[in-house]
Amino acid sequence: MAEGPVAEQDKVAKIAFAILAACVLAACSQPVNSPYPAAEAGGSVLYSAFGERPKHLDPARSYSENEYVFLGNIYEPPLQYHYLKRPYELEPQTAAGMPTVRYFDAAGRELPADADSAAIALSEYEIRIKPGIRYQPHPCFARDAAGKPRYIPMRPEELADIDHFQDFSETGSRELTADDYVYQIRRLAHPRVQSPILGLMSDYIVGLKDLAKALAEAAKAQSKEDYLDINAFDFEGAYVVDRHTYRVRLKGKYPQFVYWLAMPFFAPVPEEAERFYRQPGMAAKNFSLDWQPVGTGAYYLAENEPNRVMRLERNPNYREDFYPAEGAPGDREAGLLADAGKRLPMVDRVVYSLEKEDVPYWNKFLQGYYDASGITSDSFDQAIRMNADGQPDLTPDMRERGIQLATAARPTLSYMGFNMLDPVVGGLSEPARKLRQALSIAIDYEEFISIFLNGRGLLGQGPIPPGIFGYREGIEGVNPVVFRVDCGTGVFPPLSKGGRGDLATTAAAQAALKSPPPPLYERGESRAAGDCAKFKRRPLEEAKKLLAEAGYPNGRDARTGQPLTLYFDTAASGPEAKSRMDWFRKQFAKLDIQLVVRATDYNRFQDKMRKGSAQIFEWGWNADYPDPENFLFLLYGPHRKVGTGGENAANYQNPEFDRLFERMKDMDNSPQRQAVIDQMVNIAREDAPWIFAFHPKSFGLRHGWVKNVKPNLMSHNLLKYRRVDPVARAAYQAKWNRPVLWPVAVTAALLAAMIGPAVATYRRRQKATAHA
Amino acid sequence: MLNYIVRRLLYAVPILLGVNLLTFALFFMVNTPDDMARIHLGAKHVTPEAIEGWKREHGYDKPLFFNAAAEGAAKAGDTLFVEKSLKLFVLDFGPADDGRDIAREIKTRMWPSLAIALPTFLVGLLAYISFALLLVFFRGTRLDTAGVILCVALMSISGLFYVIAGQYVMGKLWHWFPISGYQPGLDAWKFLLMPVLVSLVAGIGDSARFYRALFIEEIGKDYVRTARAKGLSELRVLFRHVLGNAMIPILTGVVVVIPRLFLGSLIIESFFGIPGLGSYTIDAIQAQDFAIVRSMVFLGSLLYIIGLVLTDISYTLVDPRVRLE
Repeated sequence: MAEGPVAEQDKVAKIAFAILAACVLAACSQPVNSPYPAAEAGGSVLYSAFGERPKHLDPARSYSENEYVFLGNIYEPPLQYHYLKRPYELEPQTAAGMPTVRYFDAAGRELPADADSAAIALSEYEIRIKPGIRYQPHPCFARDAAGKPRYIPMRPEELADIDHFQDFSETGSRELTADDYVYQIRRLAHPRVQSPILGLMSDYIVGLKDLAKALAEAAKAQSKEDYLDINAFDFEGAYVVDRHTYRVRLKGKYPQFVYWLAMPFFAPVPEEAERFYRQPGMAAKNFSLDWQPVGTGAYYLAENEPNRVMRLERNPNYREDFYPAEGAPGDREAGLLADAGKRLPMVDRVVYSLEKEDVPYWNKFLQGYYDASGITSDSFDQAIRMNADGQPDLTPDMRERGIQLATAARPTLSYMGFNMLDPVVGGLSEPARKLRQALSIAIDYEEFISIFLNGRGLLGQGPIPPGIFGYREGIEGVNPVVFRVDCGTGVFPPLSKGGRGDLATTAAAQAALKSPPPPLYERGESRAAGDCAKFKRRPLEEAKKLLAEAGYPNGRDARTGQPLTLYFDTAASGPEAKSRMDWFRKQFAKLDIQLVVRATDYNRFQDKMRKGSAQIFEWGWNADYPDPENFLFLLYGPHRKVGTGGENAANYQNPEFDRLFERMKDMDNSPQRQAVIDQMVNIAREDAPWIFAFHPKSFGLRHGWVKNVKPNLMSHNLLKYRRVDPVARAAYQAKWNRPVLWPVAVTAALLAAMIGPAVATYRRRQKATAHA
Repeated sequence: MLNYIVRRLLYAVPILLGVNLLTFALFFMVNTPDDMARIHLGAKHVTPEAIEGWKREHGYDKPLFFNAAAEGAAKAGDTLFVEKSLKLFVLDFGPADDGRDIAREIKTRMWPSLAIALPTFLVGLLAYISFALLLVFFRGTRLDTAGVILCVALMSISGLFYVIAGQYVMGKLWHWFPISGYQPGLDAWKFLLMPVLVSLVAGIGDSARFYRALFIEEIGKDYVRTARAKGLSELRVLFRHVLGNAMIPILTGVVVVIPRLFLGSLIIESFFGIPGLGSYTIDAIQAQDFAIVRSMVFLGSLLYIIGLVLTDISYTLVDPRVRLE
């Protein structure tokens, strides 16, 4: 029997009701102020934010922390850092084991592993990758029924119909091979990729410089739209041994190369991806390897709208990977091994929202819409208080919310540098050295850390940050040029007793530097002076005395009588920078030195640094890898900025330091290496080309529903270890975000109270006009 | 009128050329191509070869205005200025220095900007004019005085305060709206309400005061007295006659901004996480992305000129005495 109009209407009404009910349920499934789609509520999703849109997502090109947040979870270099172990320890990622290295002399003869560095002309690293690893689904791998690439080549009219990356209806995958790693090493020389490490790696990888030249010539000869086949060019620096093995050949010995193998620069890139993206018309649609990565990692970039959101999804082809079963002492007690042996990744989706401003980020974290947050200066007092031991602790409000705090000293050094080419503060002469030492004492970085960093910094004692081999913990690591032990007596030996100047100038002292004395005690002073566990900045009188010995008694030039004026170059701007500059002026004024701040823009500042026309400046360095070479090379003479464009911004050059550096860089971590590093650090402290300011501490907050969080400042593939409890999160979000409705009633009452008299007045005036 | 419009649009060509010339001169006075390369290549391990490579790849290896090495017309033609400027006149913005297509970026980002700017503009215009007319109606009374004081107070407060206070009160304390964020499609409304409300409140002070001043000037004129003498209601006098006669100065300020609405607002979009065009130019200046800077300056100038032409046309619509010749 056919349905009549009434039945039809009834059906429509039922459907409408069902839709309405679904909408209401969807709306009720999460708080009204939730910034996320209702469909996502309760899912295994991690919510985070990014403050700046990434510029590059090509692993050969990207060299920025905010880009590595994404790339580290998409691309897989052969090695990675162990998630839990400290100090940082490399382990295989896609590699089947750690790389093996063979050394050869200039005649091509193989040398033993312990051969002298000077005899090694060539190092050959062999990396064997695990078989069976597969790429994420991607259109570049899609094949048609005949087995030919579906989208390579692609007809223009076919591409015209595609507007978003998701419009590619077909995807495919294939196994990761050694070719992909070698291809990526070649890509470092690609003229259109413009890898920032090409210059550096050309000094090490055999033939990379020549490859770059040949590719540049070839690129010039063709149109920008044409595909440049980089595999067609000769290159000896990396080659495939078999489907899962490749070798990289380096000039001389470069033990730090293994750390580079844990960075995205050495992650695999399939040639198909390059061929796919280099097709005409792709770039105009923002389809490029720099924008849509193709990796084997735990996640793939499913949505890339960096003006709003970047969404990572679990890679369905991800290899078998498991949560570590061992960690550092204390990890088990902290619950960090509770998921040991479980399959990774544990979260299905990671949503990064663009959050340019700190205030909304912080408020949304407190509402439970972000799972983790840093702490800005503005929110510091709300989140952190110092306990009786002077250690940071959460405020009661944060504890009540179940928020947890994790702190870690970053492998970063901030320093104030002196241009060693400057006639006043530079050079290795005795007066210049004493002037720098006096300033090192006078500038109170403890106060700086307290005022400007809310205590989130560790006082710098040398060029190597904590967590890096060579850094000395506690009292043994204190810089004796600037600090003294505080044994509670308040008595400081006078400088004339074996002063620091003597230490640096006499031959005996130079010898002493090679086998350093206990660093913190003046010579002749017994260690048994007491249980001295604290240290204290040397008194200002010592700094003044050093200043006088440098030729500037009371801050005046002894020869001319003119006040000493020094110049500080900075690219910092804004109100906070002004306060900091005022603080610096006061520090210099303690020695009656006038400090002139020359604030400029970043370009001019960089230009001054390159030309060596700055006198004093602020600078810093983040570790590329956890090796002391990555910090001590900043003081290596041949790397000076002026003339060579290197990273030695102070243009420091001490032949003894340089000789020790050349020895240290090729050594394995050992007591012998530590001894050499100690000597180098002591030389740097004595010469004081830098004032070792501080190592910033990272303070991270997270909600209790986020598990397996341990700060790891070297790794970038951390998302796969995270676990969330979405049920707990949803409950807290509902509790913290109940809408407050009384203001609606008050506003309505207020409006009524205003409109009523206004209408009455209007009527009265209308009548008054009529009667007039 | 057509002749007038064509003439005005032709005048725009040298103006845009001049704006472009100034943009080039000012930008390269502050940044050299080497600086741009360094910013794009990153802070570590940058070599002179890498800088040269970047400049060559992005076309910044040519002289700015005069190529002494070239022959004949190429001396002026084979330069950075000509190469980068000509395409702008056919609205071919090309890729940004980071490789993204600028036109595509503008097309994507203009809609969220418009989603805030358009309701703010329309509702704001209606609300500010109504409020100003209300004050005029109650002119000389305590209500008028209180309204003016309120306007002065509101316009004395920084726009940023409204944003933070709005987020704090409506987002954080009352949980009415998401504090920031955006979703396209039908879900966009809950992300737009708060920024629109905040923008409206932030703009009411100076706009209402400005319109009130215009209306007060009109209210004493003879035609108003005549209208009242005819027995028209005060509302009709205000909304029909006073408003109609005050339209020229209102349109002067209003129509010119219409084409520029989709360029968005820097503060509102940054704080509310709206993925619009508001911060596109500022971000590009910070990133020293000259391709975006010159494109956005060009587009802004073009839209401003279009806004001025539209303003002129709108005069003819509200005042029959105005003729465009």
